[in-house]
Amino acid sequence: MSLTSPAAQPAAASGSRRSHAGLLQAWLPKLVLAPSVAISLLFVYGFMLWTFILSLTNSRMLPSYEFVGFGQYARLMANDRWWVASTNLVLFGGLFVAICLVLGLLLAILLDQRIRQEGALRTVYLYPMALSFIVTGVVWKWLLNPGLGVQAMVRGWGFENFRFDWITDPDMAVYTLVIAAVWQASGFVMALFLAGLRGIDDSIVKAAQLDGASLPRIYWRVVIPCLRPVVFSAVMILSHIAIKSFDLVVALTGGGPGYASDLPATFMYAHAFTRAQIGLGSASAMLMLGGVLAILIPYLYSELRNRRHG
Amino acid sequence: MADPIRRRTLGARLARAVLYTVLLLAALFYLLPLAVMLITSLKPLAEITPGTLLSLPREPTLAPWAKAWGEACTGMRCEGVGVYFFNSIAIVVPAVLVSTIVGALNGYALTKWRFKGSELLFALMLFGCFIPFQVVLLPMAQTLGWLGLSSSRAGLILVHVIFGIAFTTLFFRNFYVAVPTELVSAAKLDGAGFFRIFWRILLPVSAPIVVVTVIWQFTQIWNDFLFGVAFSAHDTQPVTVALNNLVNTSTGVREYNVDMAAAMIAALPTLIVYVLAGKYFVRGLTAGSVKG
Amino acid sequence: MAALEINNVCKDFGSEQVLKDVSLAIDSGEFLILVGPSGCGKSTLMNAIAGLEPVTSGEIRIAGEDVTWQTPAERDIAMVFQSYALYPSMTVRQNISFGLEMRKVPRAEREAAVERVADLLQISHLLERKPSQLSGGQRQRVAMGRALAREPKVYLFDEPLSNLDAKLRVDMRTEIKKLHQRLGTTIVYVTHDQIEAMTLADCIAVMRDGRILQLGSPDEVYNDPVDLFVAGFMGSPSMNFIAATLEGESDAYRLRVATPGEEALVLPWPRERETAAMAGRIGETVTLGLRPEHFAEDDARLGEFSEGVAFTPRISVVEPTGADILLQLKLGEGEATARVGPKCRVKAGERLTLRVDMGRAVLFDPTTEQRLA
Repeated sequence: MSLTSPAAQPAAASGSRRSHAGLLQAWLPKLVLAPSVAISLLFVYGFMLWTFILSLTNSRMLPSYEFVGFGQYARLMANDRWWVASTNLVLFGGLFVAICLVLGLLLAILLDQRIRQEGALRTVYLYPMALSFIVTGVVWKWLLNPGLGVQAMVRGWGFENFRFDWITDPDMAVYTLVIAAVWQASGFVMALFLAGLRGIDDSIVKAAQLDGASLPRIYWRVVIPCLRPVVFSAVMILSHIAIKSFDLVVALTGGGPGYASDLPATFMYAHAFTRAQIGLGSASAMLMLGGVLAILIPYLYSELRNRRHG
Repeated sequence: MADPIRRRTLGARLARAVLYTVLLLAALFYLLPLAVMLITSLKPLAEITPGTLLSLPREPTLAPWAKAWGEACTGMRCEGVGVYFFNSIAIVVPAVLVSTIVGALNGYALTKWRFKGSELLFALMLFGCFIPFQVVLLPMAQTLGWLGLSSSRAGLILVHVIFGIAFTTLFFRNFYVAVPTELVSAAKLDGAGFFRIFWRILLPVSAPIVVVTVIWQFTQIWNDFLFGVAFSAHDTQPVTVALNNLVNTSTGVREYNVDMAAAMIAALPTLIVYVLAGKYFVRGLTAGSVKG
Repeated sequence: MAALEINNVCKDFGSEQVLKDVSLAIDSGEFLILVGPSGCGKSTLMNAIAGLEPVTSGEIRIAGEDVTWQTPAERDIAMVFQSYALYPSMTVRQNISFGLEMRKVPRAEREAAVERVADLLQISHLLERKPSQLSGGQRQRVAMGRALAREPKVYLFDEPLSNLDAKLRVDMRTEIKKLHQRLGTTIVYVTHDQIEAMTLADCIAVMRDGRILQLGSPDEVYNDPVDLFVAGFMGSPSMNFIAATLEGESDAYRLRVATPGEEALVLPWPRERETAAMAGRIGETVTLGLRPEHFAEDDARLGEFSEGVAFTPRISVVEPTGADILLQLKLGEGEATARVGPKCRVKAGERLTLRVDMGRAVLFDPTTEQRLA
């Protein structure tokens, strides 16, 4: 890259005039970066291409390179389980993002009211983020177990007709994923918002107070609009987590009952690794990548534009 | 943010009470699962009956922990999660060290030795933070096979290093961008070279970002499941995979207390790190996720 | 032999030319100041001299040796940065001796150099502190100490005083001047502060848009500016530029300044300062440059003026600075600033008789901004 750049040309042209030490210093940074760049090109971009190629073949147990065009994508579109997984992702992702945002913002605002023991509360809200999704899944599976968990506990309190058996209900199982995921990630969103709140210039709020605005109104009209960039990045991160969600499903519902709570990530894994459908699995992986890009590209675009203008 | 002169009216006091109630209820929501997990892991199996979710153990016992650590069945074998706990450590430590060192050097070269195209290279590498890993699983499996690293700890270390570099580079790059470049200019004039400037000038001020990066990488790799389940065999599994196998092993009676003890064991290292260095953990989360 | 020689240096950033054919040379022991507004290329030129940025074309020589393609380390140059750039993890002592250590100077010599420099700058008591424990002025001294310890061929100062408060800045300015006089070092000093430039320099290079507009002694640059920009940049308050019509003929040129609502002011141009360029401009509008001190109260400093023309403008604003008083007055289309003695008792709105010293006035072409006379 540097050899063709205009800025480097004179240096290259007169390279012979430079001392050995000078040449080495000029090349060392590039040498240091080279392995990482090579790794990135090979293992990220190369592998993406490779997966794309696999998705165009009829590979099953082992990769084969017999091309079938976009046949695997057509199969995917006709696959009932894929549609369940995709619909689940929209449901799960949408609810997960929305609830995390509302809960995170609410907790952040409440915590921002000069609360005693704020540090301790913050620690409590945020610790689930340190856990593995597998641990989260195992715990919530236990809590949601109708026979021994929350349902049994509430019934034990005398509410004999209380029902909370979503995890065994094919229509509701996907919502248990939402509960567990919100539990894990909402504290993190709270931390993002709290950092955003603390970053707001105090004098803006003081000015609004002098203008006679009430506290809720100050938040609604002045403070929350300032948090737009935080909302933006939170949505970005959360949807990213949602699309990648794999471990949580495996540990909490196993994709079940049946495949009622499958997500694309588990669909991909099941087909590529256990059901010997490498071609189909690859096609689903490419669609997941497409989903991530659909969120990422507008985000990066606006980020870059803001930075250029800012 | 509340006004400094607080009127102690009845309404204000009531609002304050509601505020604290809501915050405490939320704390309860977050704490409940951990509490249940801990309580259950200390109960003998006989005490686990419907409706006793929150009851404290009448005869607290560490037996479930012992069983989870040394005897519980994870799939076909019954040797507990202890051995996999050490697998995780054997994978995490080298992977964290290597990816942090590489990330530090990358961040340094990208910010303090800019050259034409270096920003482009950074953007190129940054993309690795965002891809869903499903898109690299199959080629990676085949490549590990070619390298003779299938189902080995070395293979998992390699995978974690490869896909961790994007994050570590991002962390260090964003940190070093804020370190005045004039420091490097001064050192160049003083006669120091690339590595010496890094070692003598940059590294001594990098403690915070090293801590953030190490914690981030540690949590990510310790908590990883996808790479673990895809690229390990029985004897090289990380603890998350073993935990999942343990919970899903369907032989004999469901021993929930053992499940919970195993989950606690898998969760403890990252929880301890979080409690000890929460500030850096949060900084990593926000820095790692917000932007490049 | 010149201590530093810059020949036809150009520097491009992409399509933007930051340095356009810059040439200059200074002798050993000279104090050169690069001055200009931000973005004029002075810092880029400084970095090029230091070797921190490669030049696109041209040649840089230090003590006769071509260093254009040498690394900063090979050039034997020391630099004092605007932000001081003290190594935060090192003590003051380590900061000062780092450059010597890199050059493999034996420990005993390093210690001696640190002591010498610390004495010189009166920072001996700070040697074991970290930069974060120092005040701004102390950091400044340490940064200078780090440069002085190495005894390089050329010192570069990049706006070294701009982060200090006003009082400290004046003190340090004096101190730098004393050091230079005492050590006879060769210094290139970048600043955007024209007072620093006037007080410190042996030689000033005024830069704009990547070019050196004028290279000369402070006196030349101040009293004999090559163009409107240099005239306006040097001096505070800056020179008054007044639109005037050139009248008369050779040996008797006059400048007519029309002020709306006032009688026109006619200023005779001193015969000995006539130039050939004036001949073709009869009847045209030119820009007359008068510094505030070229005005004086009728009775106060009259004796100084060779050609004093009296007029009585209305004073719109009176700004006492303590040492003297600045007056805003209506002259031509706009306002002009005059500097008068502190005893002047005029009030805003009143009229005051002033005299204009045409002996030091300058004339510019209003479109090309070049000097006419």
